[in-house]
Amino acid sequence: MSARQPDRPPPPPVVARLRLRYAKRGRLRFTSHRDFARAFERALRRAAIPMGYSAGFSPHPKISYHGAAPTGVASEAEYLEIGLARAMDPDAVREALDACLPPGLDIEECVPVGGGTLADRIDASHWEIMLPGLAAPSVGEAVAKFLAATEILVERPTKNGRRTIDARAAVVSLVVSDATVADTGPAAADGRCAILGAVVRQVTPAVRPDDVIAALAAVAACVPTAPARATRLAQGRLDESGQLTDPLASDRAGALAAREGAPDIAGAQR
Amino acid sequence: MTVTSPQSLFPRLESLLPRVAKPIQYVGGELNATVKDWDSVDVHWALMYPDAYEVWLPNQGVMILYEVINERTDALAERTYAVWPDLAMLMREHGIGQFTVDAHRPVAAFDVLGVSFATELGYTNLLEALDLAGIPLHSADRTEAHPIVLAGGHAAFNPEPISEFIDAAVLGDGEQAVLEITDLVKEWKAQGRPGGRTELLLRLARTGGVYVPRFYDVDYLPDGRIHRVVPNRADVPFRVQKRTVMDLDDWPYPKQPLVPLAESVHERMSVEIFRGCTRGCRFCQAGMITRPVRERSITGIGEMVDRGLRSTGFEEVGLLSLSSADHSEIEDIAKGLADRYEGTNTSLSLPSTRVDAFNVTLANELSRNGRRSGLTFAPEGGSERLRAVINKMVSKEDLIRTVSTAYANGWRQVKLYFMCGLPTETDADVLEIADMAKDVIRAGREAAGHRDIRCTVSIGGFVPKPHTPFQWAAQASAETIDHRLRLLRTAISADRSLGRAIGVRYHDGKPGIIEGLLSRGDRRVGRVIEAVWRAGGRFDGWSEHFSYDRWIGACSDVLPAYGVNVDWYTVRERTEHEVLPWDHLDSGLDKEWLWSDWQDALDETEVEDCRWTPCYDCGVCPGMGTDIQVGPTGRTLLPLTPVAPTQ
Repeated sequence: MSARQPDRPPPPPVVARLRLRYAKRGRLRFTSHRDFARAFERALRRAAIPMGYSAGFSPHPKISYHGAAPTGVASEAEYLEIGLARAMDPDAVREALDACLPPGLDIEECVPVGGGTLADRIDASHWEIMLPGLAAPSVGEAVAKFLAATEILVERPTKNGRRTIDARAAVVSLVVSDATVADTGPAAADGRCAILGAVVRQVTPAVRPDDVIAALAAVAACVPTAPARATRLAQGRLDESGQLTDPLASDRAGALAAREGAPDIAGAQR
Repeated sequence: MTVTSPQSLFPRLESLLPRVAKPIQYVGGELNATVKDWDSVDVHWALMYPDAYEVWLPNQGVMILYEVINERTDALAERTYAVWPDLAMLMREHGIGQFTVDAHRPVAAFDVLGVSFATELGYTNLLEALDLAGIPLHSADRTEAHPIVLAGGHAAFNPEPISEFIDAAVLGDGEQAVLEITDLVKEWKAQGRPGGRTELLLRLARTGGVYVPRFYDVDYLPDGRIHRVVPNRADVPFRVQKRTVMDLDDWPYPKQPLVPLAESVHERMSVEIFRGCTRGCRFCQAGMITRPVRERSITGIGEMVDRGLRSTGFEEVGLLSLSSADHSEIEDIAKGLADRYEGTNTSLSLPSTRVDAFNVTLANELSRNGRRSGLTFAPEGGSERLRAVINKMVSKEDLIRTVSTAYANGWRQVKLYFMCGLPTETDADVLEIADMAKDVIRAGREAAGHRDIRCTVSIGGFVPKPHTPFQWAAQASAETIDHRLRLLRTAISADRSLGRAIGVRYHDGKPGIIEGLLSRGDRRVGRVIEAVWRAGGRFDGWSEHFSYDRWIGACSDVLPAYGVNVDWYTVRERTEHEVLPWDHLDSGLDKEWLWSDWQDALDETEVEDCRWTPCYDCGVCPGMGTDIQVGPTGRTLLPLTPVAPTQ
């Protein structure tokens, strides 16, 4: 089997792990997860981040993604984790990566991993969904019907034909508000645009903003006049009150404690 | 003649994007893309590659011209490409015109629409883009308010089939041509557009390097052949010359390669290490029309790789040319680059590899720091005899020795390229490919010491091209191609043990016939293209969109009036003195030399490469005032100063 191993030294071990929160905004919300992953790997190289790599003939940088907002959906809160072959100041990493990504793919936060996994800290999303051409009161009626139901089946086109899923059970809360959104979104010709706030559990199969919109259309013929626009505002773990807890909070606190107690990592770098 | 700067179409386009496939390809904003203020410059270029974004974006030609033009302070260039039918339908429904991806400006507002044709199968996409842009399809119907539609790329060496749809064509290298054209357009606009569109086209034609079809008339003989092509005014040249850029080190483009967000066909950056090829493969239009060989120096290449990697973050660099292993300093380049990028997971690749063991050593060196995928060799012809006809001299022993070395060095996948339907080819010639592939697997298993190796035979139908010794040849019919490919597949799968390790990739013969019609077509074929587009023809390079029946239907409607048909353009052999549709377009190749090389082909006589043997008088260097530019320079690549992480 030795002939099948690459004849170069094994990659250096991962010595530090960082967690990042990034945003997908504006026209770059049309990037798919794969598009983002390619852009991110290139940014790592341009920023010369000392990445850890997997072994083998096709070494890959150590990156693990937690889920991904669907193509066409913007997000303020996407998460990933990277493994470094050399310790680096998280703030310097954040700045360097952000500078190497196109505007609209923005690195918002970078903290050292304090333990646990992202999957342990995230089980729900908070979505904002703009519905052009609809007024809050009429959407409110639809929301009431939605919440009164125990199951709402919607169809979603997939690569293997249409698939039916329940869009109701995963929804923890659904509220509607009215807003003037001249500068923030796709107001209809009449300027009306209702805004939904939805907290949705991350289940399999995933319930996406499109499914919620389809469910509203199913229960109350509530259909926007232009394509709806969704943004993931936050991800985290649901607490008893139905609120999301910040998945990076404990990492941040741990880093602060370490910085006060131990030699400064960033200082050692410089 | 708009005075106000055009508005971005993006706000209107944006609401359509959730309804189409792969919307990211329409939003622009790629790394290293340029958006300039419209009013800050005098000349506006829209550059188009008439195919899908994923194929188009990595195109070097467009990327180079985009940067060359944008470096000028008085001009801007933006990119546009073929939109898929799903979006095209919505754009028509909502009245949104063909747009550029950089600032989403309407293509109709630009001064020049430059279209790069790598293949003739993009012609229907040109018509679709013109129509979506609101630009009249026919040059004759355009006014000063419309862009000059300019064709370039290899297919522009015979633009006759699209001569009614374009205003002009540029043959050969575009770098200096776009600068000269920019100057002429700028001057004409500054003078208040004297003489209108005709005057501008005349000024372009008078340079001697821009072909303006409307200034040339074509007469036909009663039997359908061309009688002559002559200028219809005294102040344009009889023959239009191709452009040749000398001293490639002076043109280190692209300096900032574009990095797509969407997935594209080549996930790597490319550095062109030389231009031109004099190997003399008789089927190869690219090799014939890009002469002479002009090398970029080893240090020039090193700088482009370094700057490109730093500005893109790609992890693979393709060292591009028509036969990259032929660079006079390729060994030092490979070693120097592999040393420089040691430990960085940066992979280097040669797109085309000649069949000799030296190339395996090269490939080992190039892939030292990165991924090792597969090796590709192109024997092109199945039998030794046929390889003498096409002047691709590779013996079967060479091939077996080369692939054995590759498998022994840990490469597990070897791809072999062949063509079917070459002049003088018989069934037996093609069947020899099966024997060759089986011998490759036998020798490979022995060399590797295990059975986990594969060989892929990739085979396509040969299409005779203008400006090559095979321009007179009869193209093989689709039936002949399909028949021979069937024989080949049967022969390969006859042996289960070996056949299992051999993959065969092939295309049926029909699209090749249409490509042949368009390649060697004349102005009359333009009517066929228009009829096909009107019948819904788009993306003819894509099997899911291509319709042979639609093309044949259009041919039967259009061509009988001229006394010709598809066979006349494709499977008919031409005689020595027939006037060919592209004879007035000067690629530098002497027609008499091409004819004698065609006769040599039929006699199975080879010709050597003029880089290593005396000149064989193809005519290019004296005709174009150019010369072979090759090393070695004797310089070497020094290690790079390590790049420190930012901050």
